[in-house]
Amino acid sequence: MSLALIAALPFLGALLPGLMIRAGKNACAIVTGSVTALALLLLGLNAPAVLRGEVVQTRIEWIPSLGLNANFFLDGLGLLFAGLILGIGLLIILYARFYLAKSDPMGQFYTYLMLFQGAMVGIVLSDNILLLLVFWELTSLSSFLLIGYWKHLPEGRQGARMALTVTGGGGLAMIAGMLILGNIVGSYDLSVILENKEAIQASDWYLPALILILLGAFTKSAQFPFHFWLPHAMAAPTPVSAYLHSATMVKAGLFLMARMWPVLAGTPEWFYIVATTGLVTMVMAAKIALFKDDLKGLLAFSTVSHLGLITMLLGFGTVEAATVAVFHIINHATFKAALFMSAGIVDHEAHTRDLKRLGGLRTLMPITFTIVTIASLSMAGIPPLNGFLSKELTLEEAAHTAWMANPWLLGVLATIGALFSVAYSFRFIAHGFLGPVRDDYPSKPHDPGFGLWAAPALLAGLVVVIGLFPMLTAAWLVNAAAGAVTGQEIAVKISHWHGLYAPALWMSLAAIGGGLLLLGMHPRLMAMWLATPRPEAKRIFDGIIEPFAAFASRLSNALHDGALTRYIAIGTLAIAGAAYYAFDTGTHAIGTRELMAIHPVPALGWLSLILATLAIVIYHRQRLLTLVLVGIIGLMVSVGFAYFSAPDLALTQISVEVATIILMLLALNFLPKATPVESTSLRRTWDAAIAVIAGVGVAALAYALMIRDPAFTPISEFHIANSKSGGGGTNIVNVILVDFRGYDTFGEIIVLGIAALVIFALTEALLRAGPANDRLLAWRPDQRRAGDRHPMMLVVATRLMLPIALLVGVFIFLRGHNEPGGGFIAGLIVAIALVMQYMASGFAWTAARQKVDYHALVASGVLIAAATGIGAWFNGMPFLTSAFGYVTIWPLEEFELATALLFDIGVFLTVVGAVMLALASLSRIGLRAGETVNVQPFDIDPSEGRTLNSEEAR
Amino acid sequence: MEALVASAIGALTAAGIYLMLRQRTFPVIIGLTLLTYAVNVFLFTSGRLATGLPGIYSSNAAGYSDPLPQALVLTAIVISFGMTAVIVMMALGAFLEAGHDKVDMNDEDTPVEGGQK
Repeated sequence: MSLALIAALPFLGALLPGLMIRAGKNACAIVTGSVTALALLLLGLNAPAVLRGEVVQTRIEWIPSLGLNANFFLDGLGLLFAGLILGIGLLIILYARFYLAKSDPMGQFYTYLMLFQGAMVGIVLSDNILLLLVFWELTSLSSFLLIGYWKHLPEGRQGARMALTVTGGGGLAMIAGMLILGNIVGSYDLSVILENKEAIQASDWYLPALILILLGAFTKSAQFPFHFWLPHAMAAPTPVSAYLHSATMVKAGLFLMARMWPVLAGTPEWFYIVATTGLVTMVMAAKIALFKDDLKGLLAFSTVSHLGLITMLLGFGTVEAATVAVFHIINHATFKAALFMSAGIVDHEAHTRDLKRLGGLRTLMPITFTIVTIASLSMAGIPPLNGFLSKELTLEEAAHTAWMANPWLLGVLATIGALFSVAYSFRFIAHGFLGPVRDDYPSKPHDPGFGLWAAPALLAGLVVVIGLFPMLTAAWLVNAAAGAVTGQEIAVKISHWHGLYAPALWMSLAAIGGGLLLLGMHPRLMAMWLATPRPEAKRIFDGIIEPFAAFASRLSNALHDGALTRYIAIGTLAIAGAAYYAFDTGTHAIGTRELMAIHPVPALGWLSLILATLAIVIYHRQRLLTLVLVGIIGLMVSVGFAYFSAPDLALTQISVEVATIILMLLALNFLPKATPVESTSLRRTWDAAIAVIAGVGVAALAYALMIRDPAFTPISEFHIANSKSGGGGTNIVNVILVDFRGYDTFGEIIVLGIAALVIFALTEALLRAGPANDRLLAWRPDQRRAGDRHPMMLVVATRLMLPIALLVGVFIFLRGHNEPGGGFIAGLIVAIALVMQYMASGFAWTAARQKVDYHALVASGVLIAAATGIGAWFNGMPFLTSAFGYVTIWPLEEFELATALLFDIGVFLTVVGAVMLALASLSRIGLRAGETVNVQPFDIDPSEGRTLNSEEAR
Repeated sequence: MEALVASAIGALTAAGIYLMLRQRTFPVIIGLTLLTYAVNVFLFTSGRLATGLPGIYSSNAAGYSDPLPQALVLTAIVISFGMTAVIVMMALGAFLEAGHDKVDMNDEDTPVEGGQK
């Protein structure tokens, strides 16, 4: 369970920031951070076992028929990545707290961040490739939200879209590849797949699967030619860049290659595709990085380059190279995240990240300068920092690997990559921090507060410590992770000095010398760079995407032209056509059910329903009359339910009817009172034809259904048999609602609550400054008003009725389990009783006397229902299992107590709250439209013998 | 009796669809309400019609009307109230925002090709 919990914690934590932001930014950051810290702690508890070489597993069957199980496992590789994700995540949460501006919605940011964190942890802990794919796509989605966090910036939106298109597209390819892999092996569990190297590599489908999976990995890890999205994703806030684009998401592709390494690596195909791609990416991106003036742009291309380096190492397919790759993943995460955060600090303080406008920050920002220097030197591979250690090992591996039988090509190109790396790393320091102090910074820079530099400083500290004591601080983790990647016992030996005869030494020296030389020639090189035409990735990308987007919007505009009537007509005809086709081609038995005799009274009810329906069609332009006619139909339907032995339905229908009509009347107050004639008679004929087709079809279907017996025995038999014995109630319908199908009801009250909140939110939006608000303020009643808005007789009558109506409500509620009634009906009755007071004395007068918050009512209803359901767990039963017993309290008779009653209280409260919230929202609109608020219950007070003047009435 | 109920369902459906094909919000809402009646009654009839049967359980009852469709229709009635309330508010909001209550969007309302950049 604990592994699943580690993956679930960030997702659960994602719910908190939105709430906690109300308690302030610090509280929000602390709560978010604690969730991550808790996940990190749980991970740490598992670490000793993993380091001993065990594999920790959690297996949860989810959809076994699809091979989709929520299986998690933790080995050295997972430990390394999960540690990076959660550890750096914690630092990023701290950093973001101080980085984000006052105007940025911080709760939203943390929510996105936690979603992303959960998805990443899910990827690295998944033991099921289908599950892994789900998390994989979730990272694409959550990173989309993060990159586009500054929604007002077009670059942010475009960058987010580009990242989603590229990584999401790669993800689709990977799904295909993974499915092939699962088919070859016959299982979707990673631990099974990893043991079937021979079967996979011997399969004809090996190459397609390899290419598809690599497409996913390369797009995610920004490998050439898919690297272009990463620099554009730099439009994201810096904490995002530091987290996603240096330490975690872009490494997901590397993780996947490392994870699949045991079964996919070691073939020539793997070597040439992966190693070559990595090599090209490394050299090309390093060169571009040298010519980027934007600090984050420089770091972005540098990241692409380092990702290429790690990809290349994994591509070599040797155990040694894979071990170095793992080591470099650790080192890169430390120095690159520190650098990103430092770039953010510079941006934050100097209000620019442009190297051309910076320089001389060394004395102005000494702390930032120190951090940047340490991290940059590590990136350049200067001893004794950790970047040096892994770079030496990399160069060593490259020097010993032949490409197409060419023994020196890889070594030379890797050295060139390292050379550029030295050059841009030094440029970061030299052009940003060295040189004379300038007087034209957009803002006077100085070191930020501790909160902002603490995270990068910690990482810079790690850079030094790992660099000085690699065997003590990193070797154990490298051993565990590389052991998991390669499936072999690893005992890595990391040292600073490999001897004079090691090629890496000379390659390193060449790289440092050449890099410094390049930096010296930088102005001239830059001029050449700017003069050379080169492909603009964004233009190419847009060129490819644009026609598709244009086609898609043409298509959807043509299909979806905004004419509701057209959709309904097409939809109705399509359904009728499909139904007729099904009837015509299917087989059906003839109806044998005995028909019921027609009695005169029900026939009269039918007649009034039909007449009212006809009248609605004829007189629908007179809206008030229409509502009256709807009332007749509703009444007839209720009576019909009662006649056909469904008393609960009759009660529900009649009370819903009242609430609906009141609601519509209130709304109609502000709407036009008549519908103008707009359609031609041809159009009306056509519409009528469609309507008749639908009506005849439905009538025929209903008739056909009723004259036949059910094809299968209804499951109602079970409900009838178990209602009393199992559910403890004799009202079977109610027992079904609160017990047998309690889950449905639970879902339903949630929907009802959401509907009420939607109404509230709509009202809020209408009452905000805007055209709707202007119209309301200028609203003049278009009907003549009654002279007496709150007639005394109505007021007195409703006052008298209130206690009776409430009593009826309670009665209907209490008897619901055994007699017709229940929470729904009682809720409606109570709501109507309250609404009557509103109608009689006005909204404000009533609201002032009835201090119940309807939101709270809805929420407590849902919560009570949920708590009742959860209570069953403590009984060792599934969610929502009800329990009941019989008690006697003198002087009452023996009566029943059932948890279902509690559940029904939840239903009751939600219904009352939802109905009242809807009606109260309409009243608020009325107030805005100039309805007066009266302080007296009625306008004409007989005890004073005069009409209250408007002053008093207000 | 079955024919009466079936024809009532048909009439409500036809009237509902006809009103939903009108061009103002209010008739569309009324049409939807009528269609809701039709659908609820239709669902109810899937338990077949019966008169004079007890609504509640007792050990000596001869038979029961089918309770399951009743329970489902009961929730459907309440949900359709919620839905009606929401679309009534949407219609009201649309009218107040736009100043008219037409349901079909005209050319000015059509989204710009290509959407937001």
